[in-house]
Amino acid sequence: MTTAENVTIPSAPGVNPSADAIISIRNLRKWYQVGGGFMGFGQKIFLKAVDDVSFDIERNKTFGLVGESGCGKTTTLKLLLGLEKPTGGEIYYEGEDVSTMTKAGKTEFRRSVQAVFQDPWSSLNPRMRVRSIVGEPLEIATKMTKGQISTRVGDLLSETGLNPYQANLYPHEFSGGQRQRIGIARALALNPKVIALDEPVSALDVSIRAQIMNLLVDLQEEHGLAYLLVAHNLATVRYMCHDMAVMYLGVVQESGETEAIFNNPMHIYTNALVSAALPSHPDIQREEFLLPGEVVSPIDPPPGDVFMTRTPLEVDPNHRWANERPPLVEKEPGHWVVETPWSMASDAGLKVELTGHAGV
Amino acid sequence: MAESTDATVDEKDEISSESSVSVDTDGFGGSAASEEIVLDVIDLQTHFTTRWGTVKAVDGVTYHVKRGETLGIVGESGSGKSVTALSLMRLVPTPPGKIVAGEVILGGRNLLELSEGQMTSVRGGEISIILQDPMQALNPVFDIANQVGEAIKIHQKLKGNALWEKIVDSLRKVRIPAPESRAKDYPHQLSGGMRQRVVGAIGISSAPAVIIADEPTTSLDVTIQAAYLRLLRQIQQEEGVGIIFITHDFGIVAKMCDRVAVMYAGRIVEVADVRTIFNEPLHEYTKALISSVPKLEEKTGRLPQIEGQPPLLYNLPPGDAFAPRSTLDFTPEEAERRPPLIEVEDRHWVQLSKSSVAEYDKYAHLMPAEDNK
Repeated sequence: MTTAENVTIPSAPGVNPSADAIISIRNLRKWYQVGGGFMGFGQKIFLKAVDDVSFDIERNKTFGLVGESGCGKTTTLKLLLGLEKPTGGEIYYEGEDVSTMTKAGKTEFRRSVQAVFQDPWSSLNPRMRVRSIVGEPLEIATKMTKGQISTRVGDLLSETGLNPYQANLYPHEFSGGQRQRIGIARALALNPKVIALDEPVSALDVSIRAQIMNLLVDLQEEHGLAYLLVAHNLATVRYMCHDMAVMYLGVVQESGETEAIFNNPMHIYTNALVSAALPSHPDIQREEFLLPGEVVSPIDPPPGDVFMTRTPLEVDPNHRWANERPPLVEKEPGHWVVETPWSMASDAGLKVELTGHAGV
Repeated sequence: MAESTDATVDEKDEISSESSVSVDTDGFGGSAASEEIVLDVIDLQTHFTTRWGTVKAVDGVTYHVKRGETLGIVGESGSGKSVTALSLMRLVPTPPGKIVAGEVILGGRNLLELSEGQMTSVRGGEISIILQDPMQALNPVFDIANQVGEAIKIHQKLKGNALWEKIVDSLRKVRIPAPESRAKDYPHQLSGGMRQRVVGAIGISSAPAVIIADEPTTSLDVTIQAAYLRLLRQIQQEEGVGIIFITHDFGIVAKMCDRVAVMYAGRIVEVADVRTIFNEPLHEYTKALISSVPKLEEKTGRLPQIEGQPPLLYNLPPGDAFAPRSTLDFTPEEAERRPPLIEVEDRHWVQLSKSSVAEYDKYAHLMPAEDNK
């Protein structure tokens, strides 16, 4: 069995999976072959959805993954859930490599890592009553009797702010916020330790989002849950997450404690994202740093730094990091960033200061 | 293929000059806003007949848009904000929908009284709409030139070279790089941001007086959204067009709008200029909406949340629709009366009721006598 102690992890935050981490992801890769390589001949072409991603999710904390569409954040979440098979790298659960776990260990891992999805309209089976939706994991994975399951479903519904009497209803009889509560109740059924949240509030009405975010925060405190939150809204990430990573084109560009990143975003891409985010008051006027070009295709990305086609700074094509993937560098304790001559915001004079406003 | 290079940091000077002019003191934040009213909507009512009963999707909505001004219409799904916009364009599917009352005054004419033929020349001419999903707004089997040209052919009766010039010019206005070659592309060859720019080009091609933007950036990534919003502001300053910006996002309101109308259950509950809405909101719903959004600029403590669910429109309470979710102290009788929209401060209108306005007593003297309880 491979454990954390006897593997070398070259370019990873924290290098070895830390004792506080319930999930450690090291050098995770998901490449899809999209062309070439016919019968072993010719150059294979890969879509590198996730390429060498490493981070830790600590117990009882929330880790946020942010980035624009196509950056690989959702693929990373799917890899954690086992919905996709990694091309390379490891996922450690409580210090143990999931890929080398025994069958029983894998079952335990799957039970302990649950998910809540973005769209509560498509993630609940319309033909099943709430009782069956929330109870299904219990039927499959436990030896509970029907009576016990029914009691447990009632408890889960009350815990997520629904009425146990609503167990006999169908999903269409609920509003969006209530459906998301059903999805959360289902995720909680097996007493997981980690819940992957894929944009859990972005499909909901504004007045409902705070309810669901607060429910998630409360459940985290009560059950000591760890969350992996995939989101594109930076304000949501700042509210929910203790730690975070910013991804671009399948690669983590910057990671660390959420407050450290918002107070001192180092990578140009992080600054561009933060500067483009919407203000919370009309008196806040931030300068936007819009990057040149558009997000390039993850098919056959540059062999070196993937960010080099978007930087406003000049790129020396002969530089090492134009031809070889640059590592994350720990610039401050716990604050990691891809450092190249063209990636640092301080070198480009593009530093965002997030300040409030005088009013209120 | 040429990548977009329009959004470079070279434009930074332009942004800062833009942001420095948008602070003014008369309460109308926007630099381009004037006092000339271009669109006047009076007591608009649009109802839908469903098997659960009549749904009053728009229930007596009154507002106006000035030249060069951006009016934000904020609300949740089902608040009637999009149906209001479709009603202005007379695009409400009939049946089941029907505009049952009201006036929409544009260029001295009531649009609701025009014939369908006359309306065709108004749509996309004097008033145009930019929809949420550019992939649905564009036809995949026609090239960009064809789709931008269609609106120009109808409204400006151009042909041949003049038509081509105008197409390229419209694409250039929305900062599409290499417009001559992009005009020959098909929608699937463009990125999401570029597609939404094409929809914008169609919208502005006939120099409309009013553009309705119905959540045009919801499907875009943050950086693409920022570039698109900036583009809309630039076009507004160049053309002096009035924009109705429909959104659920107070961040967009803060960034884009001069004035804001907040809608709830088919009615406007509060209208004021954007700073008043953020600094001194009066209606409980407005207050709650603004404070329940997490802030990017600081780590916030626990968010205050609005309890309850948005109401079902076929089953509205007779009086104040927000009363069931309000945390104020009031008797059931005080929520029974339909609250009137009253100008309580200069250019600050609120749907005044004891059930939804904490400062009710201060403004109680403005309430009309109870004649139609």
